[in-house]
Amino acid sequence: MLDFYHIDSVLSEEERAVRDSVRRFVDERVLPLIGDAYVQGRFPKELIPEMGELGVFGANLPEKYGCAGLNNVQYGLIMQELERGDSGVRSFASVQGALAMYPIYAFGSEEQKQKYLPKMATGEIIGCFGLTEPDYGSNPSGMITMAKEQPDGSWILNGAKMWITNGSTAHIAVVWAKTNGDPSDKSIRGFVVPTDSKGFTAKDQKGKLSLRASDTSELVFQDVHLPKDAILPSSAGLKSPLMCLTQARYGISWGAMGAAMACFEEASSYAQQRVMFDKPIGGFQIQQVRLADMLTEIVKAQLVCLHLGRLKDAGTMTPQQVSLAKRNNVSMATDIAREARRLLGANGILAEYSAMRHMANLESVYTYEGTHDVHALILGQAITGMNAFK
Amino acid sequence: MKIAVCIKRTPDSESRFKVAASAAGIDETGLKFDLDDFASYAVEAALQINEKGGGGETVVYAVGPDSVQESLRKAMSMGADRAVQLKADPVADGIAVARALAAELKSGGYDLVLFGKHSFDNSAGVVGTATAELLGLPCVTAASELNVSAGKGTARRELEGAAELVEFPLPAVVTIDEGVARPRYPSLKGIMAAKKKPLESKPAQLGAVRVTIARMELPPERPAGRILGEGTAAIPELVRLLQNEAKVL
Ligand SMILES: Cc1cc2nc3c(=O)[nH]c(=O)nc-3n(C[C@H](O)[C@H](O)[C@H](O)COP(=O)(O)OP(=O)(O)OC[C@H]3O[C@@H](n4cnc5c(N)ncnc54)[C@H](O)[C@@H]3O)c2cc1C
Repeated sequence: MLDFYHIDSVLSEEERAVRDSVRRFVDERVLPLIGDAYVQGRFPKELIPEMGELGVFGANLPEKYGCAGLNNVQYGLIMQELERGDSGVRSFASVQGALAMYPIYAFGSEEQKQKYLPKMATGEIIGCFGLTEPDYGSNPSGMITMAKEQPDGSWILNGAKMWITNGSTAHIAVVWAKTNGDPSDKSIRGFVVPTDSKGFTAKDQKGKLSLRASDTSELVFQDVHLPKDAILPSSAGLKSPLMCLTQARYGISWGAMGAAMACFEEASSYAQQRVMFDKPIGGFQIQQVRLADMLTEIVKAQLVCLHLGRLKDAGTMTPQQVSLAKRNNVSMATDIAREARRLLGANGILAEYSAMRHMANLESVYTYEGTHDVHALILGQAITGMNAFK
Repeated sequence: MKIAVCIKRTPDSESRFKVAASAAGIDETGLKFDLDDFASYAVEAALQINEKGGGGETVVYAVGPDSVQESLRKAMSMGADRAVQLKADPVADGIAVARALAAELKSGGYDLVLFGKHSFDNSAGVVGTATAELLGLPCVTAASELNVSAGKGTARRELEGAAELVEFPLPAVVTIDEGVARPRYPSLKGIMAAKKKPLESKPAQLGAVRVTIARMELPPERPAGRILGEGTAAIPELVRLLQNEAKVL
């Protein structure tokens, strides 16, 4: 990838080394199969053990739990490279690391951490994250999934979750539910639900035209009986799942940039090779403007991500700063993918090229983890002090 | 088994090269450098031998300025146990590099010393064989397969249209060709662990440096192709040009 602003010079040797290792994995293992997987509508599960061995799952969590103990810039660079391959592959890693491992790490007991995290780091145990419900998307505080504590301390779970990435693949689901009949979002707690529990069903979401190389499922819980130690003891209220989302959104800000880079590289090399009217189309001003706009937006996004990562490592990053990065970067990547697709002419609609796959994928990324609009409202509130959600 | 792997740091093979203003090398601004491709095959071969043998030590060596430490750490992130930098400014004289390596390896007690068959950047292929000579060890070049057991080794060498299987006693020097094994990706944990592995740095004893690069030049630009016409009508003119201009018919 063209490093126009010499960003490499402000990355440390270990940061570049991590990026390069994941880059090679994506070039050699993801790119050759992803076009077909996308058309077939399947997540390439054969990559899971290799991704585990490489160490991409929960890579910024501590070594003590079998993770790589990387800093957040390294973690971001992993997401960038995975999504340069495909948003579905990055989503798999985001969900596993930021949405399933992170809540166990942040809100779990020491026993839960020991039991799950090392095997999740290797990919032997796959997790998913159930927050969204059929009637509660942007407003998860309205959720109706309910867990009831029994006299012996165990729990009975009822409800349904929608649009759950890895839902049919997962061995465990981190499910967010209100508790003991209390409708307030303060009663929300996290539960680790084994997906082979009686009363648990997962159904693949059919007919997706986006994120096709990813498992998206609906989860239904019908009187699922959970042991006492299924609850994440330190989870408390809606802010717990929102903390997970901040982690995942941070990674998405980097990931979207990877998709944009892939589209830019493809468009740039196509423009230099495709001859029309006796010269490469890259020699015509319209295509040059397209490429110049793409590169400009990518460089801006790179600087946003890098600074955000440094803030996260310093412990001063705010969720509102993450909203700005997620909103900007996903939106710019969506635009770049569309422009790249157009630059490629008819070839641009083929799965053999990546632009249209990224373009379609990014529509999911635009919507999940807080829609573009929702992040605007978060920023609006940060600016004006007025809450537009109520 | 105690294995030394001597590595080089070279520009990434996908870079676009420009000759530097001094004309005595390439312009390094914006160039990405990495562990040389053939050297990374040699590292992989060493790691696999010791993994199969269930023990041993893999030590990586590089002669060069401090920037080579990055490649030494890469080899350690793949799994090498420790690294030694023999500090020197970049040198074009392969014999001098071999002299520095031999001085260091002599007392190391190595069963096997591996090199890439040549480096991607200047393809001289001198250092491995010269080191073997200075150490007084048998040398096999361009091995595409390597097996060792109990004091002896066998290697396969690809020839034009055939292959050669050679045997040799250990200790020995072997230079490695691709095909020996696919270099692994450094795992992310490996990258973090490499930071904590020992990397020793000491001055290289190069001795007299007798070969230097005087000038570097790119091949002359090829003139653009010419389209003579379409279909059979263009053939007579094509034949005429091939006979009279290109003089190949
Ligand atoms: C492929 C995919 C994977 C997903 N994976 C997961 C997962 O693993 N786990 C999980 O829990 N969820 C997941 N989701 C769900 C995702 O987070 C939700 O789709 C998202 O939160 C939006 O909810 P919704 O679809 O119900 O849209 P709605 O909330 O119904 O929004 C519809 C439209 O209204 C707008 N809107 C909503 N509220 C406001 C407002 N106050 N003001 C102005 N406009 C507003 C939105 O921006 C949007 O344009 C996934 C979704 C997709 C598509």
